[in-house]
Amino acid sequence: MNKPVPQELRTDAKVVARPRHPLLRLKALQFNQEKIVLAITIVLFAGFCLTLDQFATPGNLISLLQSVSILGVLGIGMSLVVIGRGIDLTMVTIMAISVGWVFNEINNGLPVGSAFALGFGLAVLIGILNGVLIAYVEIPAIFATLAMATFIYGLGHFALVDNDTIFVSDQLSLFKQLGAGYVGDVPASVIWAAVIALLVFLLLRFTKIGRFLYAMGDNPPAARIVGIPVRPMIVLQYTMSAIIAFVAGLLLTATVSSMNTRLANSTMIYDVILVVVIGGIGLSGGKGGVRNVIVGTLLIGTLVNGMTILDMSFTEQKIIKSLILLIAIVVDSLINPRDEQTAQQGDI
Amino acid sequence: MSVLRKCSGILIMAAATLFAASATIAAEYDDGLSNGYYQKLKGKKVAFVPITMGFDLTQGWYAAMKRQADELGYEIIVRDPNWSIDAGAQALSQLIDEKPDILIFHAIDMQAYNKLIKKAVDAGINVIQINLKSPNNGDAYVGGDWYRSSAMEADELIRLCSTEHGKNGKVAIIQGVPTGPANQIGQMAIQDKLKGRKDITIVADQAADWDATKAHNVAATVLKQHPDLCGFIGNWDNEDVGAAAAVKEAGLQGKVAVVTHGGGQQQAGCDNIANGNFTSYVKWDVRGQARDLNDTIKLLLQTKPKPGSSPFALYTPLEILTKDNLRPNSCWTLDEIKAGG
Repeated sequence: MNKPVPQELRTDAKVVARPRHPLLRLKALQFNQEKIVLAITIVLFAGFCLTLDQFATPGNLISLLQSVSILGVLGIGMSLVVIGRGIDLTMVTIMAISVGWVFNEINNGLPVGSAFALGFGLAVLIGILNGVLIAYVEIPAIFATLAMATFIYGLGHFALVDNDTIFVSDQLSLFKQLGAGYVGDVPASVIWAAVIALLVFLLLRFTKIGRFLYAMGDNPPAARIVGIPVRPMIVLQYTMSAIIAFVAGLLLTATVSSMNTRLANSTMIYDVILVVVIGGIGLSGGKGGVRNVIVGTLLIGTLVNGMTILDMSFTEQKIIKSLILLIAIVVDSLINPRDEQTAQQGDI
Repeated sequence: MSVLRKCSGILIMAAATLFAASATIAAEYDDGLSNGYYQKLKGKKVAFVPITMGFDLTQGWYAAMKRQADELGYEIIVRDPNWSIDAGAQALSQLIDEKPDILIFHAIDMQAYNKLIKKAVDAGINVIQINLKSPNNGDAYVGGDWYRSSAMEADELIRLCSTEHGKNGKVAIIQGVPTGPANQIGQMAIQDKLKGRKDITIVADQAADWDATKAHNVAATVLKQHPDLCGFIGNWDNEDVGAAAAVKEAGLQGKVAVVTHGGGQQQAGCDNIANGNFTSYVKWDVRGQARDLNDTIKLLLQTKPKPGSSPFALYTPLEILTKDNLRPNSCWTLDEIKAGG
């Protein structure tokens, strides 16, 4: 929360900030992580523009956006939770299993509407369950969602989906049109990602729910004392991330005509956390917004696109990706040294 | 008189019993092998450790094995490690202690279970390996020849894209997980076929992690770079639907070829050939593999060779499927295999 919190409500009464370098006291030179990442993205982008023939074409830039749109949508969902000082490790699993179930049932002959309703219902139910475990049973979010992710995957393969990869039949042309069609030259998934980003931006900026989320993330005990319904808000938070995961799954399925439920076992969830954190939303909560996720997503998108054009090998790509991310974090911790407050709040 | 009556009663009963006994023997006609066949299979124990039960191949094999086991009265045990090599090795070690008659290995990696194969053989268990062979032989290998399958894919790509056939020869390779053995063997074949050819230019060689979404993103980027690309060569149908989706999105379906291989499951294979997603598809038929697997089980249970003494292989016949030679029964569904198809 941007509003100053009275000293007596702070969880950590002694706040000692390390003095900044005199030059950095100038407002214009105060780089936060978001600006650093944005700067790296711009440098990379300019570098690729100058060195690669086909990089700066509209077609390639659209393809760049499309390739990260699903990651971006998941990142936006994750940011809602992280801002409220939580973490949702079930997102990719919810996406894979609930959407996989939808198309599994459609392939088994269930009417399209009912199948969608079932899948959506499942996602919401899991979200609520996550929230209840965290808010009322008081299990730390990281453990609750870690356990839930395994449970959902197991349940999904035991009872809901027949196969690792669920294919979408050609009859669902309206669905494919909505999820994988084009508006002008822009792919539908990019437009959906933009719409979701806008909705979440409005939610965080202009609604009570949004302001409450920041307050909870900034200082949960203080939020409770000033009368914010912290527990129901936590349930809402995880329900929203589950719904966004479901939507991301639909977009993904429309794009590649299939859902690979094995994604639940992949490292995709770390990529999601990565775009959130690299953009500057601290895992300690209360900071950042949609803009940070967009910046983080663009960095990953630019990097992967450029390296694919350069035809770098899989291993080289991994090394360079992790190096650039490390550089961003190192630069941030050099320019913005941790003070006692952030250190105490911890990054998990 | 009464004694005579009693005696005749006993005689009649004895005759009746004798007749009944001979009648049951007559019902079990033996052609010299058939009685032994049923007896040798009955009550036996066959154990199967797949990579996972979550995909078309293992489900197809299992459905067929289960059907035969139920018919012939032997037991089939499955331990599903769900992609985990550790869990698989643990399940196999435990099964070796339980001493089944046959142990079926489905390795994700050539080295992962290699020692366990020897351990099983030493423990007196007959070993079948399916679809990926480890250096140790065991008793039988049933499955695809990965090198030949990818080599056939490469030949198809040359046929479709070579400058000698009037095309520009520009092709892109989409790999699975680069370090995975199935991928490495396949890439060896593709490189052996394509490297050094003047009529083929490899413009991109990228990995997609066996994942359709990654294949889609790679293919979309490559197509933006090389809109005149002639074809993609992939390594698994489940993954390459992503590349096909990117080709379709770019409005290049029919112009850019997608060559892949797979087990011929209806939705993954033939549906995608029929709708133009895949131009050419090398099929190792899971129905055939399932039958080979069942036959190998029957053979080993009847002959009971000393484990590891005379290893043999049944390589799955490979078939190239295109839109032109697609038949209604070119592919299979799980329900068909369960029903005995």
